[in-house]
Amino acid sequence: MRHILAVLVENNPGVLTRVAGLFSRRGYNIDSLTVGRTENSNISRMTIVVSGDDLVLEQVTKQLHKLIDVIKINDITSEQYVDRELVLIKVGADPTVRGEIMQIVDIFRARIVDIGRKTLIIECTGDEDKISAVIESLIPFGIKELVRTGKVAMLRGQKFTSINDNKEDDN
Amino acid sequence: MQLSGAEIIIKSLKEEGVEAIFGYPGGQILPFYDALYDSGLKHYLVRHEQGAAHAADGYARATGKPGVCVATSGPGATNLVTGIANAYMDSVPIIALTGQVPCGMLGKDSFQEADITGITLPITKHNYLVNDVKDLARTIKESFHIATTGRPGPVLIDLPKDVQVAKTKFKYPEDVSLKGYKPILKGNKGQIGQAAKLIGNAKRPVIYCGGGVIVSGANAELFRLAELTLSPVTTTLLGKGAFPETHPMSLGMLGMHGTKAANYAVSECDLLIAVGARFDDRVTGKIDEFAAKARVIHIDVDPAEIGKNVKVDVPIVGDVKKVLAQLNEKLEQQLSGEWQDKIAQWKEKHPLSYGANGKLKPQFIIEQIYEVTRGDAIIVTEVGQNQMWAAQYYKYTRPRTFISSGGLGTMGYGLPAAIGAQVGCPDSVVIDIAGDGSIQMNIQELATAVHYNIPVIVVILNNNFLGMVRQWQEIFYDRRYSYTEITGPDFVKLAEAYGAVGLRVTEPNEVKPALKKAIEAKRPVLIDFVVEREENVFPMVPPGGAIHKMLGG
Ligand SMILES: Cc1ncc(C[n+]2csc(CCOP(=O)(O)OP(=O)(O)O)c2C)c(N)n1
Repeated sequence: MRHILAVLVENNPGVLTRVAGLFSRRGYNIDSLTVGRTENSNISRMTIVVSGDDLVLEQVTKQLHKLIDVIKINDITSEQYVDRELVLIKVGADPTVRGEIMQIVDIFRARIVDIGRKTLIIECTGDEDKISAVIESLIPFGIKELVRTGKVAMLRGQKFTSINDNKEDDN
Repeated sequence: MQLSGAEIIIKSLKEEGVEAIFGYPGGQILPFYDALYDSGLKHYLVRHEQGAAHAADGYARATGKPGVCVATSGPGATNLVTGIANAYMDSVPIIALTGQVPCGMLGKDSFQEADITGITLPITKHNYLVNDVKDLARTIKESFHIATTGRPGPVLIDLPKDVQVAKTKFKYPEDVSLKGYKPILKGNKGQIGQAAKLIGNAKRPVIYCGGGVIVSGANAELFRLAELTLSPVTTTLLGKGAFPETHPMSLGMLGMHGTKAANYAVSECDLLIAVGARFDDRVTGKIDEFAAKARVIHIDVDPAEIGKNVKVDVPIVGDVKKVLAQLNEKLEQQLSGEWQDKIAQWKEKHPLSYGANGKLKPQFIIEQIYEVTRGDAIIVTEVGQNQMWAAQYYKYTRPRTFISSGGLGTMGYGLPAAIGAQVGCPDSVVIDIAGDGSIQMNIQELATAVHYNIPVIVVILNNNFLGMVRQWQEIFYDRRYSYTEITGPDFVKLAEAYGAVGLRVTEPNEVKPALKKAIEAKRPVLIDFVVEREENVFPMVPPGGAIHKMLGG
């Protein structure tokens, strides 16, 4: 089963190596890992998609916790969350098929961000199903290049994966 | 006043109460050594950086205080690696300080540059590359805190030369604030209640205790638990000394070379109380058959150890000492019954034994060491048969008196670790029990011992074999002794060449006099015991086998 972990880490040099090293060393499978700053510039947030049964997940979480730079881990898989991924796709697009491609782009509410002589770059954001569907639809035109960010995710509503340094907010 | 980075390191070490440093200088750590020169801090110059790491480790295990080792960049730092890995596996608090090329030269394959923080990432509890002198004091404070709290472990601080030279104001921080590091110390009340219930209902409990009991200083609480529950106690290799092995309820060690009584008891028990132990494969053998009839309570400060190898019924995360104190309060005195009788029978029927035949047996030598020292020495070991016999035939009654490389099994650990232990405990008799193979891995540290007159006693059980490997070849590889016959130098002459006392013993009746002489010498002594060559360590659980199915003994 795939799990989505939201992990807050100290924004220290080497923290990504520590996390990635832990996964490879202990033989856990990362499907994707994204990292970036949060609202607090000292803290970065990783979204890690990892597959494994409950036992593996328990170990992953506990081992991650042992890293001094890891502040907080939330397995949000079973919660209500929003997840998004961004993908850039360069497709072969000579003028005869451009119209067709643009229709697909419209349907998925994606965007064309570059027009070359024989190619288009399409930008699309969405959850996993949407991204897969877009890619599927574009395959017939010839995908020349594809890059995806990996998943980012956030809990819905009043639940947070954040730490409050400010005690007053805690009540 | 502005201090240099090097001076800040010295001051910080003093703030931490450091009394001994083991190290070896070189180009990129020169500013530190310059500040050390008239600092009043005691530094021991080892003969190989691996020796420094092991000495710091031995010091830490013997005293309970963190050990400190220092090396230069590149080869100096990489020479520490085995020692750091060793400390990591056995949860020993050491601080490793390494010189590094100046910040501006990092990443350029500069002379003697090695990415030591990268290299030691998986074998340190945490590590730092300090690139601003302003971070130095805080880093050192954090390092000691991390190394010594929760589940202890090694921390490495990499110190670029320019950071050692740069100046800043010095103020040693009072506390540390690490958002991601807050070890859980007190046990959860609900879980403790559950555990007490299980214990109350158990008919055949066994306490299985590991190094965590010693680390947390919980031997008194453990003793109380054993008394209240009338549970027999078995320990791991690293747990030796947590419970007096002279006690009727002591089962001795369990696992691959454990006692039959211990392995039978664990296999038959209906409740296993695991305390500060981690279900290592050398302990459990075939995991599905380990304590197969038992519910399991697991108490450990490291949550990641719980449920890692076996299924646990009641996990309790917390400092062992605190948790046991909490638990004991909830327990009622149990009465002796069939189980206790059974234990006594097993112990009586299956004592550890060897075939005494008038020749010089390694087991006999260990027994004699026990008698001569009245069980009051600090026993350090190398790795192999020597280590197992030292574990089996000497009775440990106090914590921190058995010091051995458990998790990593590092040959060459013993001598430098003994030096560290002796530095930490100058009034104790410290004996390194060695094989003729292991001792040659860090024999150069005899020079260190002689130079500072650190009166360690090296006992070589000399079988001219890499004995433990030979034993496996005998049993599992049809006696094909592939590259396990090993020759050594004339150890007596070698000891003398180093300036130590060298003795040789070939007959059983010479053992005691030689040991007495060594203890009285008050200087480094090496005794070359020429023992029966093909003696085996028994009982033995074949690797991957169930622990109640033991060979020999
Ligand atoms: C550094 C290192 N290399 C190799 C081994 C594998 N090994 C384990 S025991 C052993 C033999 C040890 O021989 P010796 O020190 O003579 O002790 P004995 O078993 O004969 O008592 C070896 C080679 C090890 N544990 N450590």
